[in-house]
Amino acid sequence: MNLTKEQQAVLDGAKGEVMAKVMKTLVMYGEAFGAERMVPVTSKYNHLVTSFGLKMMKPVFELMQQLIDAGVASGQKFSVDPRPLDGNVPANFLQKLIFNQFMYSKQDFYEGQLEKLGLMDENAFTCTCYMDEVGNKPQKGEVLSWAESSAVVYANSVLGARCNRNSGIIDIMGSIAGCVPEFGLLTDEGRRATWIVEIKTTKKPEAQLLGSAIGMKVMEAVPYIKGLDQWLGTELNDAVCTYLKDFGAATASNGAVGLYHVENLTPEAVEQGSALIAEDAQVYVIDDAELERVYRSYPVIWKNTEATPKLCFMGCPHMSLEQLKSWTDKVEAGLKEAGNRRVVIPTVFTASPAVLREFEKTPYAARLKATGVITSYICPLMYMNNPLCAKMPVITSSNKLRTYTTSRYYTDDEILMQITKGGAEK
Amino acid sequence: MREFHGRVVTPGTVTAEALVSHGGLNTLASFQKALQFGDKKATCGDQNNPDLYGKQMLGKALCLPMTIGSTTGGLVLYCACAMHRQPACMLFSEHIDSLAAAGAVLADVWVDGVTMPVIDCLGSEFLDYVKDGMQITVKEDGTVCVD
Repeated sequence: MNLTKEQQAVLDGAKGEVMAKVMKTLVMYGEAFGAERMVPVTSKYNHLVTSFGLKMMKPVFELMQQLIDAGVASGQKFSVDPRPLDGNVPANFLQKLIFNQFMYSKQDFYEGQLEKLGLMDENAFTCTCYMDEVGNKPQKGEVLSWAESSAVVYANSVLGARCNRNSGIIDIMGSIAGCVPEFGLLTDEGRRATWIVEIKTTKKPEAQLLGSAIGMKVMEAVPYIKGLDQWLGTELNDAVCTYLKDFGAATASNGAVGLYHVENLTPEAVEQGSALIAEDAQVYVIDDAELERVYRSYPVIWKNTEATPKLCFMGCPHMSLEQLKSWTDKVEAGLKEAGNRRVVIPTVFTASPAVLREFEKTPYAARLKATGVITSYICPLMYMNNPLCAKMPVITSSNKLRTYTTSRYYTDDEILMQITKGGAEK
Repeated sequence: MREFHGRVVTPGTVTAEALVSHGGLNTLASFQKALQFGDKKATCGDQNNPDLYGKQMLGKALCLPMTIGSTTGGLVLYCACAMHRQPACMLFSEHIDSLAAAGAVLADVWVDGVTMPVIDCLGSEFLDYVKDGMQITVKEDGTVCVD
């Protein structure tokens, strides 16, 4: 890799041993992809994926402490993924004991490390940092050193920023060094589509199911999606951005997609159209039968597959303000139709602290509360990742949560039926 | 015995028993149980990976196309190495992905006393040929011998 004099000096130890190791990490990372140079990180803020003070992450805490002790704090302030704990979320005595005393006993310690390294503020914990209410929304063309697969794919695809699917720890190192190796999704060539996905469904596809199908098919490739604009339109309004948030998270977690283009909708597809498609791109046709096939392929790993759900999680990734409002309407209507006053399964809607703060200012907050739905800033994935919760029959419409936990996936309509009426045929 | 030639991402030599995933390895889903709950054999916990689910990854020559999933993947792999619960080596049929590369590089630069050779670009023929339990030897130059 061709480094500038300054970068080479850092690598040679001019700013100390720890900074040299930071630069060496980035150089080796880039060389694995044939990067020829570093490019400056140009976004205002960074976003980190590691938010949880899991006891087992001792090696991460030690590495972070090396950075702090060497005085090499991040050059940018940053947001970070959601907190793993929230007293609002139902948990029994044993679960609380395990969460607080065993699993996340290092949470306060780690949040202290994050503050020293450049955390934006004490509420900057969300996977949807790009929401207007949160304020970490990069501009088109800006170069990022972000991690969090759902945020990276959103920033690349919907906002037109440039970011590779960086891992945790690499994220903060790019921010500390102020540069990242130029490869993959940072280059024009790397942003070209090698898959064409043709949507031929008879109704608007479920965002998380469509994303899952595409992710599992194209893996880390860039798909160019045709025919979705007939269902979403051509304007990136709040509802469409919410759809793309959930769709993208599923492509990234069920596969490894870091960027997608939606014809006539996402910024680069609007600007460049089919010129974004690489020669010899493969074609994947998605119709109703294909979505059904994908849905049926999900394993149900509950011990008792007929168990009554004990908990429902919505909001992985965190819900938008628009989503909280529209789901308030849906839950109310569903309860009315079922003749119930409150949800029949304990249900948690998760969103960022900033979005929840704005939601609380609207009349919807009291209405949602009256239905029995709980709101929280928690990371459902982190909540589920322990043997006690893993044994619980939890339902969700998040394909990301399904992928990483024992939770069972249902479509939005089925979830609505489950929580307002009870029971849903799959 | 057959020889395959790949590209060295992180160097080293090792001989180990093959463990093969024909689909992408979801690093977080595969290792989280091992790291979080003290499973020293690093039993794969990824329900979506029928090739690996429930199998021990510690000390195996992990043969795979790529890794997929959450961007915690690299740091999970780094933690696995730092906690001595890593595979003996990782052998990719395709070009390494950014998360696996991050994990391999972080372990190489920041963890003392642990070597996990990582070779990529071994080709689809490698993954077609290698089967669970075969003896694998990785050489310094990226040559992979399958016995």
